[in-house]
Amino acid sequence: MRGVRSYRLRWMRKRWLIRARRKAQALKPVQDRTKALKPNSLLLFATIRNERSRLPYFLKYYRDLGVEQFLFVDNGSEDGSAEYLAAQPDVSLWSTRASYKSARFGMDWINALLRKYAHGRWALVVDVDEFFVYPFCDTRPLRALTDWLDDSGLRSFGTLILDMYPKGPVCEQPCAEGQNPFEIASYFDSGNYAITMNRFKRNLWIQGGPRARAFFADQPKAAPALNKVPLIKWHRSFAYVSSTHMLLPRGLNLTYDTLGGEKASGCLLHAKFIASLADKAQEEIARGEHYASGREYHAYAEGLQDRTDLWNKWSERFINWRQLEIMGLMSKGNWA
Amino acid sequence: MSARLGFIMLVHTALDRAAQVARFVAASGSPIVIHVDARVSATDHAAFKTALSDLPDLRFARRHRCEWGTWSLVAAMQSAARQMLDEFPKVERVYSMSGACLPLRPIADLEAWLRRHPDSDFIESVNVADVNWTKGGLSDERFTLHFPIGFKRNKWLFDRLVDAQRLMRVKRELPDGLTPHIGSQWWCLTRQTLDAILRDPMTPHYERYFKRVWIPDESYFQTLVRLHARRIESRSPTLGKFDHQGRPHVFYDDHLQLLRRSECFMARKVWHGADRLYEHFLTPREGGVSGAEPQPSRIDRHFARATLQRIRGRAGLYMASRFPVKNRENGKTAEPYSVFQGFTEVFQDFEGWLAAVASCRVHGHLFAPHKAEFAGREKIFTGGLSDNATLRDYNPRAFLTNLLWSTRGERQCFQFGPADTQGHRFDLLSFMASDSNAQISVISGAWAVPLYLSGKDSTEVRREAARLQRIETRMLEILQSPDVRARIRIWTMAEFLENPAEPLHLLFDEIAPHSQARLLRLPDLVDLGGFGTFLQELRNQGMQPVLMGDFPLNPTSPDPSHRMK
Repeated sequence: MRGVRSYRLRWMRKRWLIRARRKAQALKPVQDRTKALKPNSLLLFATIRNERSRLPYFLKYYRDLGVEQFLFVDNGSEDGSAEYLAAQPDVSLWSTRASYKSARFGMDWINALLRKYAHGRWALVVDVDEFFVYPFCDTRPLRALTDWLDDSGLRSFGTLILDMYPKGPVCEQPCAEGQNPFEIASYFDSGNYAITMNRFKRNLWIQGGPRARAFFADQPKAAPALNKVPLIKWHRSFAYVSSTHMLLPRGLNLTYDTLGGEKASGCLLHAKFIASLADKAQEEIARGEHYASGREYHAYAEGLQDRTDLWNKWSERFINWRQLEIMGLMSKGNWA
Repeated sequence: MSARLGFIMLVHTALDRAAQVARFVAASGSPIVIHVDARVSATDHAAFKTALSDLPDLRFARRHRCEWGTWSLVAAMQSAARQMLDEFPKVERVYSMSGACLPLRPIADLEAWLRRHPDSDFIESVNVADVNWTKGGLSDERFTLHFPIGFKRNKWLFDRLVDAQRLMRVKRELPDGLTPHIGSQWWCLTRQTLDAILRDPMTPHYERYFKRVWIPDESYFQTLVRLHARRIESRSPTLGKFDHQGRPHVFYDDHLQLLRRSECFMARKVWHGADRLYEHFLTPREGGVSGAEPQPSRIDRHFARATLQRIRGRAGLYMASRFPVKNRENGKTAEPYSVFQGFTEVFQDFEGWLAAVASCRVHGHLFAPHKAEFAGREKIFTGGLSDNATLRDYNPRAFLTNLLWSTRGERQCFQFGPADTQGHRFDLLSFMASDSNAQISVISGAWAVPLYLSGKDSTEVRREAARLQRIETRMLEILQSPDVRARIRIWTMAEFLENPAEPLHLLFDEIAPHSQARLLRLPDLVDLGGFGTFLQELRNQGMQPVLMGDFPLNPTSPDPSHRMK
């Protein structure tokens, strides 16, 4: 029985890898700076579409953490994102007009790039509205974390996606280019996350936060997953299965302790609920390229049109990682 | 400057940092012998040598290929130590350090301190029979089995060899006169002791034995020092903490104040990118020699807390990196809480009364079928919990643990009952019953009071009564099962009403031990004038209400409004 299961998982993983290679044929290199990669370069992978105004702050944030090269897939941006990225000194860019949906929401492209460029290196895989926060991120660069993970024999680092929202209706507070989105969307829900375990792939499935309470209260099962494993010491045999929520081999999903202890973990601050979202939701529904026919975006569009305010008196204002640590949304583990 | 203290330094990575430290040490006039791992590339090695070529009292030892956990590390130390003693005859003590060590105080402070402890050998050396901190299940077996290959070279083979030898009951003989001791490989020995260890006529014999011991660098000198030392101070002079897996904790820039105040001489290991630490501690300081004693206890506590968090975690927390399996929670919930079943039914405004007399948060039926009745009937409560029943019932256990986690520091009380959400197969109550933080008080059969007061149609009431009784019977079975850990008290309704004050006092002693004075006024009871008759009516209809106990059939005629239609 165990043999059958592990064979099945192996087969699934191979299938994702073959699929990634097939889908990657649609990728055209625009700017290739991967020759400059060093054996231990810290890499960041992301897929974008029309994110021009978010990019400057995104790049700055991750450069400050110590990311050395960005590898982007541009899925047909029309707002100058591609030109902006191609002009950056530390960005490699591929572009495609192929379907985002049929590339499993960009994951096939990213898997292909990871396999080719991240083997043996630490890779961070995030969306342009996700900002990685880890213990001591204000005093220790990302390299300190990856060195520690290497020393501890760990290959993956888990996070909770923390949806951030502003006080007041989302559409009323636009975010300027280059501005820290969390100056506006500075609130989060601190303790309404429900966890179940997926025994087959061994990942946790976390749901909750403002999205669950405001948009999915009557169909909680459909609420988006909030667990992600964005930081991996990549090996060419690895494959992300569903977004960065889980991956194979499944041992990489064991970023949590089951015997009562706490492993070190972080958060991905999610700048989803800032001004451009209302437009974005409409655009994405029209495009129909998102997970489960954009179920999420339908829910948001409905929720946001009546000027929903996600804020309530229990909303917590974001201060720093220590606050998240104390609230139990992330943990230092034994990294002191 | 006298040069009575010499350093041997083992280097394998971050050569630039090692060079910085070597230069700092050399600047105090101390001789230093560096062993560079033979695995370091020729170009890196050459560059390292060139960078330090201007230092007169610096030597490079014969290089060995070092593999963690094997003899090669001891061989490297032996070579370096030998060279130190031979080439620097004035050296009276030898300090062993690694390239990732960082001196926290001037070398002169260390020398002065050592002068105050003449003839002492500072080396952690603990009898293996008394050790409980070796990691990975190997303590005395390090000495009694053969370890021909390193763990890092082939983990699988390493484990199989251990298994096979255990199976064959292999037991190596220790060389005569040796008692195995282990400890940190960063020590400071006197010339006399070190010389005696290196020149011992039995050395070839010992070496043959230690070449197949596991992690001999933590046992070779530590064992032999027991044969030759005059006075052993069994502690490492280098500040270094180890985590639960035996890996050294690493120091970063944010440890600056902690390290500064520790007054230790040397710390290990320091992250190579810790610019501020290197800059601060390698800048020559003004002022004379300080005689402060090392105080590592603050740092000890700091790292011990981290290790505890990794092993035990925070009680009642369920999160992305802590999801304990059943019974491994180290505390299922964060704080003590009280669950009341049947109290709102028999008392008027029990919630309001409880909130007034006990300083705790009093909720209604948190698991009521239509919505979560938070205190003050708020729509959203601490942590962003919603009162939406569907959302709550998706994972009721998480709802409870979240509430208790977010309200740490304030006791939560809530009402519960057979009409509420029970979770999958009474999952919720089973969880609470097995939680030592829970205080569960039940007045059984009290669910019938709202039915009695509802004045609903008799068949409907009968059906509902039968349903609730079935559920509560199952609930009581769970609460009376042998493996409960909650504080559970169960009264039948008849029992309870005989003297309500006594059980209430009992409960209050636990919830709010100091508020007895405020307990003068008891909450008013609901008018139960016709309840006995109501129960008799149920019996007449063919149902058997038993959970409320022997409730007296009230002789007085019931209030017409309470009579069943």
